[in-house]
Amino acid sequence: MASGEDGQYYVELCKNPIRFEPVSKANNVFFDDANKQVFAVRARGAMGVVVKGPDEKSVATFRTDDKGDVVSIKFSPDKRVLAIQRMPRTVEYVNFNSDMTSEQQEYSHSCKGKADILGFVWTGVNELVYITGKGLEHYQLQPDKRTFKSLKSFSLDIKWYFWLSNSGFLLLSSGSAGNTLHPVQFKMGMMTRLPKFEVDLPAVPRPNKAQLHDRDVIMAIIYEYLYVIVLRHPPNAAQGAEIVMYQVQKEGAARKTDVLRLDMSGRFAINVVDNLVMVHHQASKTSVIFDIKLDGKFDGYARYHYPVMSPLPIKPFKLLLPSVNMQAGTDKTEFTCDLYSANWVVFQPDIVIDAKLGCLWTLRLNLVPIVTMLPDKVKLIQFLLNRGESKSVLLSVCRDMLIPGQQTSLPVISQVYDMLNQVYKAYLETEAHMMSVESSASPAASRSKVIIDQSDMFTHVFAVFEEHKDVPYKFMVAVLIEYIRSLNQFVIPVQHFLYELIINILVHNNCFYQLHQFLQYHVLGDSKPLACLMLSLESVYPPAHQLALDMLKRLQTANEEIIEVLLSKHQLLPALRFIRSVGIVDMVSSRKFLEAAQNTEDDLLFYTVFKFFEQRNQRLRGNPRFQPGEHCEEYMKKFEALFGAEAFMQVQVNM
Amino acid sequence: MASKGSAGLLNFFIFNSKYGAREGEEEKKVMFYFPEEADIDTKVKNIGLAEAIVQFTSTFSDLPCQSMHTQKSRQLYLEPEPGFWMAMTVSLPYKEKTKDGQPYVEYREDDVQDSVFAAVLDFAYRMFKLFNGTFEHILQRADGDVETLKQRLGHFYNKYLLTLKLSQCDLLDVFNGIHFLPLDKNTYLRIQCFINQLEAAFPTVKYTAFLYNDKLVWSGLEQEDMRTMYLYLTTSLFPSYNLQEHQGGSQPRRFMTGPPDLSDDKAIGKLPRVFVSTDTENEECYLLVYRAMSATICMLINVKCQLNVQLCRKLDAMLAPQMTKLASDIKEQHYQRAAPPSTTDPMFKYIYFNHMNLAQQTTVHLDLQKRAGINIPQEIMRLLGDINADLTRSNHDGETIVKTTSDFWVVGKKSDSREFYVVINQKNANLIEINEEVKRLCTSHLNSVFFLD
Repeated sequence: MASGEDGQYYVELCKNPIRFEPVSKANNVFFDDANKQVFAVRARGAMGVVVKGPDEKSVATFRTDDKGDVVSIKFSPDKRVLAIQRMPRTVEYVNFNSDMTSEQQEYSHSCKGKADILGFVWTGVNELVYITGKGLEHYQLQPDKRTFKSLKSFSLDIKWYFWLSNSGFLLLSSGSAGNTLHPVQFKMGMMTRLPKFEVDLPAVPRPNKAQLHDRDVIMAIIYEYLYVIVLRHPPNAAQGAEIVMYQVQKEGAARKTDVLRLDMSGRFAINVVDNLVMVHHQASKTSVIFDIKLDGKFDGYARYHYPVMSPLPIKPFKLLLPSVNMQAGTDKTEFTCDLYSANWVVFQPDIVIDAKLGCLWTLRLNLVPIVTMLPDKVKLIQFLLNRGESKSVLLSVCRDMLIPGQQTSLPVISQVYDMLNQVYKAYLETEAHMMSVESSASPAASRSKVIIDQSDMFTHVFAVFEEHKDVPYKFMVAVLIEYIRSLNQFVIPVQHFLYELIINILVHNNCFYQLHQFLQYHVLGDSKPLACLMLSLESVYPPAHQLALDMLKRLQTANEEIIEVLLSKHQLLPALRFIRSVGIVDMVSSRKFLEAAQNTEDDLLFYTVFKFFEQRNQRLRGNPRFQPGEHCEEYMKKFEALFGAEAFMQVQVNM
Repeated sequence: MASKGSAGLLNFFIFNSKYGAREGEEEKKVMFYFPEEADIDTKVKNIGLAEAIVQFTSTFSDLPCQSMHTQKSRQLYLEPEPGFWMAMTVSLPYKEKTKDGQPYVEYREDDVQDSVFAAVLDFAYRMFKLFNGTFEHILQRADGDVETLKQRLGHFYNKYLLTLKLSQCDLLDVFNGIHFLPLDKNTYLRIQCFINQLEAAFPTVKYTAFLYNDKLVWSGLEQEDMRTMYLYLTTSLFPSYNLQEHQGGSQPRRFMTGPPDLSDDKAIGKLPRVFVSTDTENEECYLLVYRAMSATICMLINVKCQLNVQLCRKLDAMLAPQMTKLASDIKEQHYQRAAPPSTTDPMFKYIYFNHMNLAQQTTVHLDLQKRAGINIPQEIMRLLGDINADLTRSNHDGETIVKTTSDFWVVGKKSDSREFYVVINQKNANLIEINEEVKRLCTSHLNSVFFLD
């Protein structure tokens, strides 16, 4: 598996990058990470602006007037208003129609503050924020009227900012070293300032004063928490850089929770892919991944993590380019892209842009090679369980653990099953909760997690027992018992097919006494199908009969079955006693009992049963005779033949 | 003072007619005879009589003769393997009485119950088989040399017979069941997984049994093997170990059998060999028993495998932490369970036995090994034995209710393969009330099983 070329790389670029016209003297390129759109602005807009995005909808081509160099260009979230900044304190706007044609007339709006705009972000459909050197200005825009309404603003000396659009968080840097960070949240048109916090900077020999640069800070949502992620350069090259993660709290200042040790120094770029922090190192042309959910050393304040696997390059990427002769068009040549190039710019969470090449990729993780790279199965499963699309890989790992020759030890299997079932249980609980609340609120959040349920295990994992006949039955039983133990430990009801599987294995290997003990301790939960299975085993293991009856009794809903079992064994009197003890004498079919009694060829028994039902008839209807609907004529005849007509109970006539 | 006597062992012998078929060679039939010091004439005569009786009676019935009643004694017979007969003679309890001024001895024939002593004889054989294998097996291994068999028999029974306490034998010996430890499913599964992991990590450990105190939790052995081994463990090995530990006072010895000191590579200690028939007949295994707190694990290792102190050390390293954890968890669970006093109604005592899994329970006996005696009068205990014999003979489900002159109500019920005996000491109760009471007991104690009334 690991031998092929695919097997050596766990980080790869998406297969179909977004292509755009490369950066040149006449062509400027802008990227808006909120809408994931690339803008190729030719000749400052006069020769046209080409917008490309992840889908067809976000593609647009239009022209603007050449009013100077474009500093920043971004569509509103609904792509109906385009904002362009060309001047230090003014932003210009163009309204768009739904077919992505622009209205002719631009309108503009300037910031109030006496400082240049560092940047602007769309915080809502018609809502945006100017970040200036002196503060923040929050506006509402009415595109049809082309008017702006100030919502809120505050002043602060701002060095730089970082905008995380999908969660509406803005991070502002202030202070002389730029290391005082202010998170601001935008939600439903409201702006909320969260407590500021300081990032400690490494001691740097004077006169160079340490500065926190915007290129070293990002924000990301990891495992549903918001983090400010800071790259901390080592004070000297002998030490490795590290990444410090500050978890933004609902209340109180952000807290340093995790530290990622890089053991390298130089230029880094950080992405977040599938809740993993991915760090690219330019000098070595390698990338590493960190999973903060994997155990790290805890020093009382923060957890210290090392890369999940050793550094490896991103999988080489080949691009099909048109031949040098652009006009020919048909011939394409393969071009191997330069990875980790100086032209690379990364955007959050998972975007890599090569502006010179005109490519935009998203990064993705290839889980298959990781299976062989992480020999520690417990760690591997833990890692896979936290990934989004790992189900098939997980199942194949679980499956391989049982295959002869590469079997994992039982204690490890035990731990792995506990891990799987912990997630499974959490899922069942949220499901149950959803059902009771009946809210439609984001079921996707819980669904995105990988769940390995009992039928997955049965069809994909335990199926190896069928395919590999050389697995010792002891191991099969041990594995299944481990799984059942784990399910029970998490209070998950075990499904019948697992019981059936284990019973079949035990029966095939003549381990009846073991099976008996499992049933005795209720390891195999009661159910009608299981009781029936036990009944079928009576011929090979007589005590199974007793076990089956006990089970039916405990179920309390299986009176019919108990009667059937007793009658089939010619146990007429116990059957009569049973219906009396559970109070269903009046309900049972007399014909069924009489038929069974007749089959015993025991006349005395037949007599007893007949009399029992005569009495019942008498009590129910005041007449001992059977009614035509009961179809007992045959037995009445037989009774008469055996014992004579005078043996019938007398019909009492009321005077 | 009038003299009294209780049931005692008069003699115990094993013979095989094949070995002394010719006249004058009768003594060759004797495989074993107790008491050893009896003269050869007595031995030959007693064996001849027993032989004659079983031969003679066989003309009348397909079933072999089981016992012979005489005025002063009772003789029981068992043919455990073809040709080999075991016989045991028990003296009847007696009491000297005077009638019309004349002293006479009253022998209490009813005090000695066939079913009880037949079971004692049966287990005398099973116990031998556990430690030595079958008679035939011994002969085979010794190339038919009968002296080897005789030696083995002598070696075993001369000690074993001294441990029999015939006067204390009762219904429980007939059942010879197993006390299972009530345990919740999760703890049980953990024990199960622990055993699986042990057997996977140490493939030489072929069979395993797990006990807590004197109660069984899990057996990898077949039921019959386990039944005999359970008897050995609970009546012989555990008591003698407990006695030693009690006296020792120092660090408790973890290997009950096997190395007494894990740091001494040479001393493997006393290590019994047992013969089990779980996989194959007469499989000889070492019985390595390990204890941590109140939990005991029996590991059977085929004698063909290497067993040394090193292996025991490795086993100890795995067993010590896990067994201790399991033992303390079980203890805690039982502590919680025992919180509400289980015998709120001291008016009744019961014995339960299930033939299918050999599970037995008793509140009649003060402890499971019957060392501390019983808490109902002897004659009531015997009555239970009689009811059991009746129910066994009829081979049908049924119920017997008896009221004794001493105002005890004794109820015996049999349903499917289960037996339930209740002793109620309640004056002025009538049959209907007792019947209701027993029904109530059945629903509260046997709720989870199919037990018809």
